[in-house]
Amino acid sequence: MQSQTSEITLGPVLFNWNPENWRDFYFRIADEAPVETVYLGEVICFKRAPLFEPQFEAVASRLKAAGKTVVFSTLAEVMSKHERRLVESICAEPTALVEANDGSALLQLRGRPHHAGPYINVYNERTLAVLARGGTCNICLPPEMPAAAIGALCPEAAKLGVTLEVQVFGRLPLALSARCYHARAHGRTKDSCQFICENDPDGMPLRTLEDKPFLTVNGVQTMSHDYLNLIGELADLQAMGVSRFRLSPHSCDMVEVATIFRAVLDRGIDTAEAAARLDALKVGAPFSNGFYYGKAGHSWDRPRPH
Amino acid sequence: MSEAQGYQKPELVCPAGTPAALRAAVDAGADAVYCGLQNATNARNFPGLNFTPAELDQSLAYAHARNAKVLLAVNTFPPAGKFEMWGEAIDRAAKLGVDAVIVADMGVADYAARTHPNLRLHLSVQAGASSPEAIRYYCEEFGIKRVVLPRMLTVAEIAELHRQIPCEIEAFVFGNIGMMAEGRCSLTNYVTGLSTNMDGICSPAADVHYEEDAERNLTTRLGEYVIDRFACGESAGYTTICKGRYLCGAQTGGYYAFEEPVSLNLSALLPDLMRAGVTALKIEGRQRSRAYVKSVVSAFRKAVDDIMAGRDAAFASLLALTEGRRETEGAFPSKRWR
Repeated sequence: MQSQTSEITLGPVLFNWNPENWRDFYFRIADEAPVETVYLGEVICFKRAPLFEPQFEAVASRLKAAGKTVVFSTLAEVMSKHERRLVESICAEPTALVEANDGSALLQLRGRPHHAGPYINVYNERTLAVLARGGTCNICLPPEMPAAAIGALCPEAAKLGVTLEVQVFGRLPLALSARCYHARAHGRTKDSCQFICENDPDGMPLRTLEDKPFLTVNGVQTMSHDYLNLIGELADLQAMGVSRFRLSPHSCDMVEVATIFRAVLDRGIDTAEAAARLDALKVGAPFSNGFYYGKAGHSWDRPRPH
Repeated sequence: MSEAQGYQKPELVCPAGTPAALRAAVDAGADAVYCGLQNATNARNFPGLNFTPAELDQSLAYAHARNAKVLLAVNTFPPAGKFEMWGEAIDRAAKLGVDAVIVADMGVADYAARTHPNLRLHLSVQAGASSPEAIRYYCEEFGIKRVVLPRMLTVAEIAELHRQIPCEIEAFVFGNIGMMAEGRCSLTNYVTGLSTNMDGICSPAADVHYEEDAERNLTTRLGEYVIDRFACGESAGYTTICKGRYLCGAQTGGYYAFEEPVSLNLSALLPDLMRAGVTALKIEGRQRSRAYVKSVVSAFRKAVDDIMAGRDAAFASLLALTEGRRETEGAFPSKRWR
């Protein structure tokens, strides 16, 4: 099944970073990170999009000049006029490669090659076939997909010429809501938020009443506290036929993260060394890989050396 | 005349977790009843709920004899390699003559549309189609006839949406209100290993544990995570992750990070919803008792009939039935809820 070369991809920055830091982050990715594809665009909150607008073209150009494929990601939750307009403006660019994250983008991208993001529910062969006939050429699977289902999906994807992508690093996106929980925590609403989310570059921690770290709030999105880490599962995923491995950006050293994952794909280092180097990043939260094994998402099986 | 006031008489769509609840709903005046099979193909896959094929067959006969419709929810997302069970549910629905199937997964919708072109399809709230474009996508791809709207739109937005889509609208008016966008929540799976999307399970009872301390304070735990804690005498509802209390730096002490344990009650907005062009009013609660279904359906039946006849609708009795006796109009009246 391993017919294609494996790529490391960088998912969109999901948090509200300072725009200059955001730009510099991507400049460094362009110059130093061994990633082939970079997803760019605001996925969580339409109100944040204008903040990055002034830097957008410089970032996209720099990434392209460095030989990266740039894919433009659309909003995951689309309802209001503003949100619809934002999706429309991205899909209206005829030559851009776009990753759809909701049904409205799928409608607008139908008939031309595009990606389907992890916020589109692609769980089975038949859904994959529906998307493929509409022009979807790459699907990033929902993070809760267990290995058994990923494996069962791969032959259909290969048959229809669709590449499959799986998130392998970073906090897990777990839920979306119409309500902004960042604003709520600070006694504000989505309309009056004053961009309070900008203070939390990796999201706002929620702890249980026992003071145990649990979830992470990112505006309308709820994420895991722990960081997904499938460094030990890369070889299995490759063997199944998955060819793209997505890193979800955090404030830790993402160039180092990309370098580690690339090295394991190339069999340059073993998983034990890779796991130790990822531990050394001190991301401030445990790692998890439970979803992959069909178990509670927060659980963690430490990679066995191979 | 009601027609002159711009009201369209809505269909009252009511929940049935058991054949007894279905009969209660039909007897209380439901225009349609929705239910599911006893497996992961529906989003209320709880022990002791739902219908065997024989029960579905008998219930269809009961409902149809009384001029009520039966809608079958096949509204979860089959993981690759297990599609067959969902395909069988669709085949069964077509064979038994259900009035519509409520689907969420694109693959299931595609299977139904191609295999049974005469089977009427409704788009489940689990599909999360919240914009005219997303709804049009499903209508064009699969011939969807009605969309069940996510509980996040205001009445004004629903009215606006109505003008831009080629299908009917069904809107929730009463019952439990989940805080997360339906079909896009893996919180239960993250904590328990059971998926809302793939297994039809939210906050499974087997993983919920209650611990009482010496002062009779009650701690609710899902898996290994504390979801809420109730002081002695405080009313403790059935807790889901999205209605629990947590700690964060911006708050002192536990707070409801997502939503308080309230129920949706749009009875006061019924005339507005009817004017907004809503074809069907949906009552949540397949997990509720037959007595509950009877009370709520009766109250809404009377209210809809009163409004159509130009009378004021009275709803006082409904408050006692809401979760924790607290209710909300949720997102529907204004954007400030967000």
